[in-house]
Amino acid sequence: MKLIFEKSVPGRGCGLLPACDVEAVSLPAGLEREVPPALPEMSETDVSRHYTELCQHVHGVNCGFYPLGSCTMKYNPRIDEEMAALPGFTAVHPLAPADATIGCREVLDTAKRYLCEITGMDDMTFQPAAGAHGEFTGVLLIKQYHDARGDSKRRKIIVPDSAHGTNPATAAMCGYEVVNIASAPNGCVDLEALKAVLGDDTAGLMLTNPNTVGIFDDNILEITRLVHKAGGLCYYDGANLNAVMGVVRPGDMGFDCIHMNLHKTFATPHGGGGPGSGAVGCKAHLAPYLPKSALLDGGDGIQVRGFFGNFLVVVRALTYVMTLGREGVPEAARNAVLNANYLMAKIRGAFAPAFDRPCMHEFVLDLGQFKKETGVSALDVAKSLIDYGMHPPTMYFPLIVHEALMLEPTETESKETLDWAGEVFHKLADLAREDPEFMHNAPHNAQIGRPDEVRAARNPVLRYRKA
Amino acid sequence: MGSYVPSTQDQRREMLQALGLTDYRELYRDVPESMYLDRPLDIPQGMSELEVRRAVSAMAGKNKVFPTVLRGAGAYDHYIPSIVKYIPAKEEFLTAYTPYQAEISQGLLQSIFEYQTMICELTGMDVSNASVYDGATAAAEAAGMCRDRKRRVTLISAAAHPDTIATVRTYCYGTGDELRVVPAKDGRTDLDALKEMLTPDVASFYLQQPNFYGQLEDAQAAGELVHAAGAMYVMGCNPIALAILKTPRDCGADVAVGEGQPLGMPLAYGGPYLGFMATTQKHMRKLPGRIVGETVDSRGQRAYVLSLQAREQHIRREKASSNICSNQALCALTAAVYMAAMGPAGMAEAARQSMAKAHYLADRLCGIDGVSLKYAGDYFHEFVTVLPKQDEALAALEAAGILGGLPLRDGGVLWCATEKVSREELDRAAAIVKEVCER
Repeated sequence: MKLIFEKSVPGRGCGLLPACDVEAVSLPAGLEREVPPALPEMSETDVSRHYTELCQHVHGVNCGFYPLGSCTMKYNPRIDEEMAALPGFTAVHPLAPADATIGCREVLDTAKRYLCEITGMDDMTFQPAAGAHGEFTGVLLIKQYHDARGDSKRRKIIVPDSAHGTNPATAAMCGYEVVNIASAPNGCVDLEALKAVLGDDTAGLMLTNPNTVGIFDDNILEITRLVHKAGGLCYYDGANLNAVMGVVRPGDMGFDCIHMNLHKTFATPHGGGGPGSGAVGCKAHLAPYLPKSALLDGGDGIQVRGFFGNFLVVVRALTYVMTLGREGVPEAARNAVLNANYLMAKIRGAFAPAFDRPCMHEFVLDLGQFKKETGVSALDVAKSLIDYGMHPPTMYFPLIVHEALMLEPTETESKETLDWAGEVFHKLADLAREDPEFMHNAPHNAQIGRPDEVRAARNPVLRYRKA
Repeated sequence: MGSYVPSTQDQRREMLQALGLTDYRELYRDVPESMYLDRPLDIPQGMSELEVRRAVSAMAGKNKVFPTVLRGAGAYDHYIPSIVKYIPAKEEFLTAYTPYQAEISQGLLQSIFEYQTMICELTGMDVSNASVYDGATAAAEAAGMCRDRKRRVTLISAAAHPDTIATVRTYCYGTGDELRVVPAKDGRTDLDALKEMLTPDVASFYLQQPNFYGQLEDAQAAGELVHAAGAMYVMGCNPIALAILKTPRDCGADVAVGEGQPLGMPLAYGGPYLGFMATTQKHMRKLPGRIVGETVDSRGQRAYVLSLQAREQHIRREKASSNICSNQALCALTAAVYMAAMGPAGMAEAARQSMAKAHYLADRLCGIDGVSLKYAGDYFHEFVTVLPKQDEALAALEAAGILGGLPLRDGGVLWCATEKVSREELDRAAAIVKEVCER
């Protein structure tokens, strides 16, 4: 595909603005730009066709099955998009007077009330723009709490080795030493390992439950009790909330604060990588430390970005929760878990689950043995799925399983899709034995073959330059 | 109630049976009984699509939309071309995940590569990332990438946006580093004070251009001071102004960041917006966030991939340059479509008209008894007035459907004009203020 710059024609444009109806003003001498930016010069037809061509080479949730583990690629309802596009929301200035923003505040207050109920929390902020940003905010709540008590010894955050990379990266951004603890053979927290590292230097623990291998840690009450007994606080990474919303609440598991990914659990679209919303909920003892806005609230307090966060994402999530309501929220969770277990059962026999026991909303396949037998890796299987119109699962995560494929079908896939996906995995398991070479070279029907990532990193070409 | 679960009740039973189960509760066998929620959630019943449309529309209806907006302060009401709304709404762009699977994401990857190029063109820098959350977090991430073992202190101008200062302070609190605020004098950064404050422990200085008060800073002189002291220079830029204003690169910036909202994103009560971030070749590997690079595929064709991932959290964990994972990809796409539709000439026109209209408004306001500019310096599309009966004047404007300037904590009203407002609207606003002030 040609780049947009390669389609640019000097002098072409769209004619979008009227002539200026006031007297022109010049920039002071020495402040003008010397050379205009080489942006594309296009007609509106050019722009429309260029991006239509690009979007035909993107696999979205609307295109087909997207079982990307830990990402909750559920269907994104279109009503949510329409509500977020209402001029009554989009045209509101964040610094408009209070009597002009009653509806926006009603959205935030209502979303806060519902999501606090779903998570068992007392208060909430929507300022964080994404999951990792929510983690940062949540761990800063913990830091402020210890600081306010003058408890300055607490320098360590405990993270299981199965955790998402953002957890340790977040702890480091908050100035903490990261203590990684090994998981037990069943993929859950090893209580003895936890006890061994807890102490008066423990600031807190970061945990997902269900965890990254898709298992609900049945020791959770004991885990949070032990951390609290040591004087630490418990942070719940809400990446996997979709499995348990309306069924069991992080607040009842003993967590002090949490973040949610509204772009996972609450069906707002991923947008090719964002915007998300990493709403952070907390118990009352952490509420005084929630972020404020310098411009709106004046005073002290942390602030993690401008204004109120990704407001239109909250509008979408609220529309979703209002649509599902008190019955629909747990119904979604239950069917996410049912679909995952059903798909795991369909695939078992072709590929081995890393933990052969009932899962929650996602499960991990371990292709270690399979690779030894056939030479076909998790990567080869993932790339082969593309030829069937399926987005590959998450690969090589969590790190505790070496040839991992992690599948999360979500509740918005039908039994027919799961049956079909199961058949595809069986076909690939057979193919690996018959023609492993074919799978090493997959995909065969995609727009491109496997890209040379080493070359991209060694010889970085990160922008277009006119030849 | 609405539901997005496609399997029928019969199919669900079949699936449970296939698993040897009779009830959903058995799926949650690992959840201790004491914790299992044995009551319905205390939220309303679900709604049909039509009902939820009514309910959410009613909330939107409680907001007041001002046909004329003369307020900026970090959120700017520029004209958004129609095509800019349609393209990011295409379902494939909207619903895809981050393009880790390059073979089925070339469209998305190429669009990001093009966005990166446009940001480089706008700022004059060599390398852009794929976006961060907003302008304030971009400033905070930039401060982080400038620190090394010896140089830990961050300087920021007092004339930067208050949210930016507060956000950078928060990120510094996280890592335990110090933020020092360089004072402003007459609405601009005090460069004498800056010179004094550039001690050997200073890692970087952040200057906003134009600054929070709309004033144009002597960005080049600031850059020379910063470099003379061996520190790094970060500039926060308004992307519309950059169409006509000297680039951060030409002002000597090592990192250029900014709030990308003016590039086609609606005001939207503060978000989603777009943090853009670009740097020089030299500092490329310190840049946080996702970056798309060009390469070739197994058949030798041009292809795009997420690149330089060794900087990122999923590889480096606690040693990553940032914890950022999700960014504002769809907003970056919006900005790219905006820049493509406007083109270099259209963007320069939007910038010139915004500046001209702000000056026209300032002239009209300053023709009113008792109204004057608070700061004497040159400005772009925002300015601060001293305004008698300021609350009354703003209320009278609001009653007439005009969102006037923002009353500032440190006195005065901060006004903004863009190409979107007509001379007639500006005259009308000035007449209302005059009526109140001379009453």
